[in-house]
Amino acid sequence: MSRDVFERVVKNFGFIAAFVSSLAGCILALSILLYGEPLHVDLLYTRHFGMMSIHADRLSALFLGTISLLAAAVSVYSLGYATEFLGRRNLGLLVFLYNAFLLSMVSVVVAGHTVLFVFVWEAMSLTTYFLINYDHEDPASRRAAFLYVVMTHIGTALLVVMFMLLYSFTGAFGFESLKSAGPRIPAFERSLIFLCAAIGFGVKAGIIPFHIWLPEAHPAAPSNISALMSGVMIKTGIYGMVRVFFDFLGPDIPQWWGVLILVLAVASSVLGVLYALMEHDLKRLLAFHSIENIGIILMGVGAALLFSSLGNNALAALALIAGLYHVLNHAMFKGLLFLGAGSVLHGTHSRNIEELGGLIEKMPWTSFFFLIGAVAISGLPPLNGFVSEWLTFQALLLGFHISDLVVKIAVPLTVALLALTGALAAACFVKAFGITFLGLPRSDRAMHARESSPTMIAAMASLAIACAVFGLAPGLVVSVLDPIASSLLGTNLSGQVSLNGGMLLVPDSTSTSISPPVLTGLLMAIIAVPLVGAFLLGGRLRTRAAMTWACGLPKIEPRMQYSATGFSKPIRMIFSNIYRATHEIEISEETSPYFRASITYELKTESVFLKHIYEPAYNIIVTSARMFRRIQTGHLQSYLAYIFITLVLLLLFAR
Amino acid sequence: MSEFFGVILISLFQLLLVLATGPLVNGIIKKTKARFQRRRGASVLQPYFDLAKLFRKEVVVPFVASWLFRITPYLVFASTLVIALLVPTVATPVPLHWMGDIITVIYLFALGRFFVALVGLDTGGAFGGLGSSREMSIASIIEPAMMLAIFTVAVTAGSTNLSVIVGRLTSSPASMLNPAHLLAFSGLFIVTLAETGRVPVDNPATHLELTMIHEAMILEYSGRYLALIEWASQMKLIVFLALLSNMFFPLYMATTWSPWALLIGSAAFFGKIIVLAVVVAVVESTNAKLRLFRVPELLMVAFILSLLALILYFIIGA
Repeated sequence: MSRDVFERVVKNFGFIAAFVSSLAGCILALSILLYGEPLHVDLLYTRHFGMMSIHADRLSALFLGTISLLAAAVSVYSLGYATEFLGRRNLGLLVFLYNAFLLSMVSVVVAGHTVLFVFVWEAMSLTTYFLINYDHEDPASRRAAFLYVVMTHIGTALLVVMFMLLYSFTGAFGFESLKSAGPRIPAFERSLIFLCAAIGFGVKAGIIPFHIWLPEAHPAAPSNISALMSGVMIKTGIYGMVRVFFDFLGPDIPQWWGVLILVLAVASSVLGVLYALMEHDLKRLLAFHSIENIGIILMGVGAALLFSSLGNNALAALALIAGLYHVLNHAMFKGLLFLGAGSVLHGTHSRNIEELGGLIEKMPWTSFFFLIGAVAISGLPPLNGFVSEWLTFQALLLGFHISDLVVKIAVPLTVALLALTGALAAACFVKAFGITFLGLPRSDRAMHARESSPTMIAAMASLAIACAVFGLAPGLVVSVLDPIASSLLGTNLSGQVSLNGGMLLVPDSTSTSISPPVLTGLLMAIIAVPLVGAFLLGGRLRTRAAMTWACGLPKIEPRMQYSATGFSKPIRMIFSNIYRATHEIEISEETSPYFRASITYELKTESVFLKHIYEPAYNIIVTSARMFRRIQTGHLQSYLAYIFITLVLLLLFAR
Repeated sequence: MSEFFGVILISLFQLLLVLATGPLVNGIIKKTKARFQRRRGASVLQPYFDLAKLFRKEVVVPFVASWLFRITPYLVFASTLVIALLVPTVATPVPLHWMGDIITVIYLFALGRFFVALVGLDTGGAFGGLGSSREMSIASIIEPAMMLAIFTVAVTAGSTNLSVIVGRLTSSPASMLNPAHLLAFSGLFIVTLAETGRVPVDNPATHLELTMIHEAMILEYSGRYLALIEWASQMKLIVFLALLSNMFFPLYMATTWSPWALLIGSAAFFGKIIVLAVVVAVVESTNAKLRLFRVPELLMVAFILSLLALILYFIIGA
């Protein structure tokens, strides 16, 4: 068997196996979600840590289901996508890492034991490190992988501290015995645990200001991996937060927790989308949108914490459901968009949208499904993004009635900024879709693009269908999420939200409702009005093809079109305080200023976080390391002297 | 069964009302502006003739354009019609009010805008992109101000359902004069000007490169497609005027669907819409169009007004 054939077999076997096991994961998750019977498997008994076990309750099952659903689609996609690497890279390694990554991710959400959790959490971090580094010949990938591994270990360190603190006050390692441990822990240590969890899981979730690894790592990894990382891996951070905040530390929590999470959420969503608008690298753009969507999810979680701390558990349940709903939705549409971006990369070998354009002709299916993803992520009806954003709005609106000053300030601002986020996301996706897929091709690469293979298209189609289904059947999804919220908060929505036939009601004495299926049906039906009406008023449609108006020039050319940089210029001007953009224009002239030989334009936006947090921190570490170097002479004698001094000191003080 | 037919009948009435009054209100605004310029101006019925003419004309489709160019006019028109079914005009509650609330209305408009902005980039010309870029940027800063104004109204009524909001107000007319209410109204009025592309934000009567926004996106449309887009934006104006009048001053609104109540309701509706249309025309005639980067300041004013409204509501109560 030649190496090529062998690699093909490895690839097909590996990804088909992943597909089948993902389907099994979906079935398992569904059965837990529907019947509520948690899955409990004892793995191994250790003397110090007790019984290590797997424990999957409804909350775990939701994340398990989300991971499995996306992983099933991505596995099918990978069958086609991985041919990219055939003969160029070690496919066996990719297949191994891919499956190990899936396994570790699934284990994180079902682990029922502290030590096991940390172990698989670390396994997940390391497999992703290797996957980001898959294209290791590119220095940018190596740099991204290094940044990721440093950041994620800061997170892991804090998580270890958190679990040790939890252990020292409860004496328990098992998640079941940690349930509602909050009241047993003194207030200060409880808040310490909260902060460790918020930052430790926050690094993984990519919330601002711990996001710096995310826009580097997601584009560096192969696109099928980016889809999984962005779609579900960062959600394990959300899983951890919900698990610790509500399951371990609740009930009866201080108010400032919710406020802190809301502030982080709002900062992440608004800054995430603003940074996304400045990106021309399709995958980096999507990575920043992940930060934005994590922010939207955390708005739900933060509002739930805030309302729960004020004793309004029913509203907290609604807010938490909104957040969890967005977890599911974001996994679907972001997975779809990353697969679409991968397909574009596959077909054109370019991620820079300034080089693309006109792909709707060459790649009709990819462009169609990318459009669906773009509509969904912009929160537009009738797709799924709309429903979860609507629920978040409703939870916040109803929360305004709680008589508490903090709520009265926090809620309207969050609402306004959520609205801003949604509108900016729409602007960004008009840019991303319009510049990439519409108009005239801006380069040879775009001119000679080819549509991707059927497996890749089928994977995108299935995710697009998921986006539609979760958008059209909110009642179904909420009825599955409701028991999760009630297990965490002790109140379910019965009486608060009634679900009939896909309709969703939030009656707080008065009813507010949306019915996406009816709305969509009506929209489809009403399209007949302009079609028939136009026929009655003007007869059969007569069309003539002509050139787009080229401002009087003889021919329309690709470079006459708006560029992505030009498109985002008004936003850059309006939010100039945030971007602090600097640009340089270089014009070289030959003979006369009217005939310019070339113009180069360079634009830079400044990352406040890199400049004011990470660079100083880096400098402190490097300077202190330099100071330590003075005693690291390399002479054996001096090291012996250090050991001797240490021993003497220990004898003196630690007798 | 008769109930079912009732729903269909009333819904058809709503659709026809918005369809029919769109061009009329546009004609009234144009006429008023003409009078301000001491012109006689065209008849208020001129927009109907324009539409009829456009429907009969041939459509010129650019070579570059994709299928999005062809479906967008229908999509925008249909989504505006769906919105027309959700917004109470002459009577409340509308029969399909459970289908969507005010947030749905805003997001359905956003859906239409999303596709029109894509079409701007679809034709491959320079102006389309210019229009899309400006439209989406301005829309992004409109949204927070609009949401906050709506938030104020919604918390007063305890719901985002439009029929409930209007119903609450008809049952307690005194709260129409609540200062919080009036402030939110002024905030939403500015938002309406921006959202429907009126002076001082955009000028619907110009095709000057430097200033156009909405017109730039749809520059390549002609014939039937242009007619649909134009008609849809006229209906959008009607919907916003209906929101302004009914969410804040639902005076003489019909609360049953009996013929007599409907007659009064219709008269009141037309009265209010025409007053608002004239106010829009006055604002358009007496103000210069703002430079693009001054628009955020105007919308900041709307945002602050809405925020003040909310604070007042918090202090004084409903």
